[in-house]
Amino acid sequence: MNRIDARFAQLKTASRTALIPFMTAGDPSPGQVVELMHALVDSGGDLLELGVPFSDPMADGPVIQHASERAIAAGVGMADVLRWVGEFRQRDTATPVVLMGYLNPIETYGYERFAKAAVSVGVDGVLPVDCPWEESSVLAPLRAAGLRQILMAAPTTAPERLAGLGASAEGFLYYVSFAGITGAARLCVADVATRVAEIYKHTRVPVAVGFGVRDAESAKAVADVADAVVIGSALVEYLVTAGLEENLSDALAGFLAPIRAALDHH
Amino acid sequence: MIEDFHAFPDARGRFGSFGGSYVAETLVAPLDDLTEAYLRLRQDPAFVAELDDDLKHYVGRPSPLYFAKRLSAHVGGARIVLKREDLNHTGAHKINNTVGQALVARHMGKTRIIAETGAGQHGVASATVAARMGLKCVVYMGAVDIERQKINVYRMKLLGADVVPVTSGSRTLKDALNEALRDWVTHVSDTFYIIGTVAGPHPYPLMVRDFNAIVGREARAQLLEHYGHLPDALTACVGGGSNAIGLFYAFLNDRAVRIVGAEAAGEGISSGRHAASLVAGRPGVLHGNRTYVLCDDNGQITETHSVSAGLDYPGVGPEHAFLKDAGRVDYLGVTDEEALEAFHLLCRMEGILPALESSHAVAQAIKLARDYPRDGIVLCNLSGRGDKDVHTIAMRAGVSV
Repeated sequence: MNRIDARFAQLKTASRTALIPFMTAGDPSPGQVVELMHALVDSGGDLLELGVPFSDPMADGPVIQHASERAIAAGVGMADVLRWVGEFRQRDTATPVVLMGYLNPIETYGYERFAKAAVSVGVDGVLPVDCPWEESSVLAPLRAAGLRQILMAAPTTAPERLAGLGASAEGFLYYVSFAGITGAARLCVADVATRVAEIYKHTRVPVAVGFGVRDAESAKAVADVADAVVIGSALVEYLVTAGLEENLSDALAGFLAPIRAALDHH
Repeated sequence: MIEDFHAFPDARGRFGSFGGSYVAETLVAPLDDLTEAYLRLRQDPAFVAELDDDLKHYVGRPSPLYFAKRLSAHVGGARIVLKREDLNHTGAHKINNTVGQALVARHMGKTRIIAETGAGQHGVASATVAARMGLKCVVYMGAVDIERQKINVYRMKLLGADVVPVTSGSRTLKDALNEALRDWVTHVSDTFYIIGTVAGPHPYPLMVRDFNAIVGREARAQLLEHYGHLPDALTACVGGGSNAIGLFYAFLNDRAVRIVGAEAAGEGISSGRHAASLVAGRPGVLHGNRTYVLCDDNGQITETHSVSAGLDYPGVGPEHAFLKDAGRVDYLGVTDEEALEAFHLLCRMEGILPALESSHAVAQAIKLARDYPRDGIVLCNLSGRGDKDVHTIAMRAGVSV
């Protein structure tokens, strides 16, 4: 069974809302990626989203843009990202890892070659932001190799299209909480609740909500209506400003613990 | 073997394996709306009449076809004939497209225009049509380009546009496009994004081509009227490729006509400092479409260089990628030096100051003219005028103006 499906099945049994932390691979420091991934799990992360740096992240706000720029400047490439996932798997064989990013780094690596390498190191899914459902035939080799393509739905998604997306979704469906770029503070919980309820009519997979969740309060509000909460820009910003030379787990726990607690007591 | 080059793109915006719509989910619906609206309007006689009227009375079409007699004699080859897009209102071919898209925007009830710009010509052309229609206009421009195109920045401000400096990435055209897409995704309900070239997601490569195709249609008819036959060859500069596809499109099925696109070879292809995506790039996905891009082995888009800001782009319209692979159009590199030489030559020989972008086409036309006899014809798209580049030329010459 794919780790994503296994993890959500387990969370359902435990009635636990999934926390999905996002980090850009290689930021703030290429030397600490694997350690950070473990720390995210120790601090309550149920699935991990690892951002593959790209030079032209058109759907991302300044925080993730800059994280991407720093990682690229540090020389991070797809081979590094895959190697880090492989290293992470030596100690953690259960936590799902989804690579998030853009199509061109995968295209350049080669779809077949990427599919093989990603599966062998223990990647579970991909979320290329610029590859909507209609264009996803390019990802066929990835799906054939067992990787889940995580689809997105947005506030602008038309009702008839939502039905198609919901039926095709695998792993989980990522709902973009507002029309905008990552990290903008535009989350409207009432709108999200209405839309997510609509999405559940069309899909059997869990729904994760991302974009704009930045603290315990917003996480709790989203947890009331969805299976999973993605926390991205706020975490990336915290990682780069917190100064994490010392104890990663302690530092991260300080940020994620209130969010974890909010999810567990909503 | 492709039967009909006018049969592309398909319903999903595909030119063979290129094109398509690789965008974030939030933009799928607005792009579908735009496609639906545009495909309806292009068939609507009232819309077509409105556009024709604007092109005639506001843009100043048809633009002349001019035989560069002294230049041709100097080169000593075929007759070089210039399609004078530099004489359009605002000084370049860009207005053909913005006039068209502004009409589409109005029909769709949008109240806010956004645009990206490199050299500033598209920004000026967008600010112009927005002013005329009383629409709010925001232009995204790389901080590097703002520095080297100050005159155009001020023109946009005079026209009432907000010019927003883009400081992410390489701070040039590609980053301005990213920022405009980010704006659009945030303001989808009231905003119309006027993309300035034949790139971006479907339907932009189709729509921008259609609005510029009048250049080739006119030139083809003018040639037949004045010379009685088609040219031996034609050429245009290629950055994103809108003026080039505009000229080429009417001639694509005229198999005997040689077509050459001039890409910016900057300091030379081997130097790595260039913007020649078709000559030296590889297929990839950028700004919503599959096309040839300049990127490294990690798929990171690389920084480009050209003396001309308007050609300084690491991608290219997907239709050009398709025409390259189909073998219909040859894409060749023209260096900064060659373009500058052509710039000065056209100034001195014909009293025409070409844009640095168009100077690449002039340089290519000069090379092509040498391949044909004196009664041959090489048609060159003089896509814009060079007033905006005087500052750059003077700086390179060490002259302060």
